[in-house]
Amino acid sequence: MKKLLLASVATLAASAAFADGHSPVKLGVVLGFTGPLESLAPAMAGGAELAMSEVTDSGLLLGGVTVEPVRGDSTCIDAAAATSATERLITGDGVAGIVGADCSGVTGAMLQNVALPNGVVMISPSATSPGLSTAEDNGLFFRTAPSDARQGVIIADILKEQGIESVALTYTNNDYGKGLADAFQAAFEEAGGTVTISAAHEDGKADYSAEVGALAAAGGERLVVAGYVDQGGSGIVRAALDSGAFDTFHFPDGMISQALVDNFGDEIDGSSGANPGTDSPGAQLYQEMAAAVDIDGTSPFSAEAYDAAALIMLAMQASGSADPSVYKDKVMDVANAPGEQILPGELAKALQILADGGEIDYVGASAVELIGPGESAGNYREVGFEGGELKVIGYR
Amino acid sequence: MDFLNALVALANFVIVPALAYGSQLALGALGVTLIYGILRFSNFAHGDTMAFGTMATILATWAMQSAGISFGVLPTALLALPIGIAATGLLLLGTDRLVYKFYRVKKAKPVIFVIASLGVMFVMNGIVRFIIGVDDQQFADGERFLITARDFRTMTGLEEGLAIKTTQVITVAVAIIVVAILFWFLNKTRTGKSMRAYSDNEDLALLSGINPERVVMYTWLIVGGLATIAGVLYGLDKSFKPFTYFQLLLPIFAAAIVGGLGSPVGAIAGGFVIAFAEVTITYPLKKLLGYLLPDSLAPDGLVQLLSTDYKFAVSFVILIIVLLFRPTGLFKGKSV
Repeated sequence: MKKLLLASVATLAASAAFADGHSPVKLGVVLGFTGPLESLAPAMAGGAELAMSEVTDSGLLLGGVTVEPVRGDSTCIDAAAATSATERLITGDGVAGIVGADCSGVTGAMLQNVALPNGVVMISPSATSPGLSTAEDNGLFFRTAPSDARQGVIIADILKEQGIESVALTYTNNDYGKGLADAFQAAFEEAGGTVTISAAHEDGKADYSAEVGALAAAGGERLVVAGYVDQGGSGIVRAALDSGAFDTFHFPDGMISQALVDNFGDEIDGSSGANPGTDSPGAQLYQEMAAAVDIDGTSPFSAEAYDAAALIMLAMQASGSADPSVYKDKVMDVANAPGEQILPGELAKALQILADGGEIDYVGASAVELIGPGESAGNYREVGFEGGELKVIGYR
Repeated sequence: MDFLNALVALANFVIVPALAYGSQLALGALGVTLIYGILRFSNFAHGDTMAFGTMATILATWAMQSAGISFGVLPTALLALPIGIAATGLLLLGTDRLVYKFYRVKKAKPVIFVIASLGVMFVMNGIVRFIIGVDDQQFADGERFLITARDFRTMTGLEEGLAIKTTQVITVAVAIIVVAILFWFLNKTRTGKSMRAYSDNEDLALLSGINPERVVMYTWLIVGGLATIAGVLYGLDKSFKPFTYFQLLLPIFAAAIVGGLGSPVGAIAGGFVIAFAEVTITYPLKKLLGYLLPDSLAPDGLVQLLSTDYKFAVSFVILIIVLLFRPTGLFKGKSV
């Protein structure tokens, strides 16, 4: 009995000592693996985990600790489910930071209910609601996606440049849709344009003829569809095309995907669109790295997810601690100038510079530049539709 | 001319879509109401039965398309319908054997059937997603439009266009045919009469020698046919997505209850009431009044009674009013 006790004590002591030096840092990856964005989540999670394995392989983070991803399901729409998943990651798995969530509504809920009380850093790759800019966050919340306030201005600019004076506007009835619709309407009206109607639509409903009837009655040269391509957005476009209500559309980021082109082909020729994207060399580099491990790096917000994970780990290195209350102050420093510019695949180099006491300016896969309350300044890719294909027009 | 424009605008955005949507709801509500009338419970699995039937039809359609079979200007899915109906009928008979029969023999209360059907709903939900996936599926082929808005404008010289989709015409036509056959079956044939007798008074029907198992079997087969047809028509007109079919359950039940649960005529009336209510009350009158009134009186605002956000509220307000003043529905069904 004595021997057994002694042995267990020895083992415990040994494992505790081992844990001190090399216990892995765990990072949560909370994305909507089920729900309206389930088609985007795998490429986003893949991006975040790619950055983590890159750092682990380098063996340079905080003197050689490894980084382990722990996935959680945000469901995109169910705030209660997202909150409890995050609760479990923080209290059960003890994650030191969270990449996520994807949708604005659940991100706000997770931040207020779990991350804030527990003091854990969250960096969202894709929550774009303007409401999150002013949310109470104690310096714990960042996003590598731009606020939709910026996208609203971009859409207004694009439409104005194409000589569009009046548009009808429909949005998916949630934090993302409403935030973007309001931002766009404000920007467009300030630029002298008219929004004839701003009507919400619910996702996953049986019939959109009532919405399209209202939009058509209000009229407008173009229909702005601030919705999801997997959900009601496509239903609205289908009904508008079929009834001859609108021929051309503007598609914000939630609508731009291969599915849009597959569904509508040349029926949407002449439409415009824009989604976050950049022509920086980082984007190209990232796509090659992602392709090497079978991740679609061109999928929306995959690059932003890589950057979100990278920022957390670089901030840890810069502050010399995996404690969120310490490293949260370094996130802005590593993301912005001055310092050596860091592209995807150069995380090892960045860790080394930071370990030597130098400074870095993380550019990453999505040309990260954090402004104001810790959100991306925003680079957008403007696209057009011609002959049934999506054409990149430029970056702004 | 202005009057014609107003008429065409109204037809294009209100009457035609509401007619098609109403027919789809009516067919769905007929299935719900038959089960309620004859088997005496609210079948929550109906939306997913429609999804299953549509899925089976889509798979058959794809097989036919790859074999080079087509139906000319009409969608191939119409040819594949019998296969879908057969598959759905088998599924329903299977679930009846596995689940409902057990409770029927025990003479369980209706609420137990309802909860059991909720379980069946989740299982079917899973089966459909497992086989065909969660994504949108487009399976309509053939001619898409009878007349497009642009053609109509050049043809008539009117400012407003009228688009009529082939699928909308097919939907209304098939709905009429199916309803006619169903009523003939229920009123004229021996099996139909025995079903109605069983529905009216189970004990008397048993005494007069009607075989209850046969009645139950025929009911499920008819319901399978109705659900598949409703689902396929809806999918042809819009698109197939399992989640949307699950959501269809709500307006379908609203239609069945407004019309009077258990009453086939009521189900049809209810379908159209719900569809027209959703589309009409939220339709802004700006354009119409702009055409009809002299320029000086034309409205600046949208003249919209209710924003489209409230379109579901509209159907449920109707539902509540009907239940308050006519608990048995418009056409004297059974009270809920």
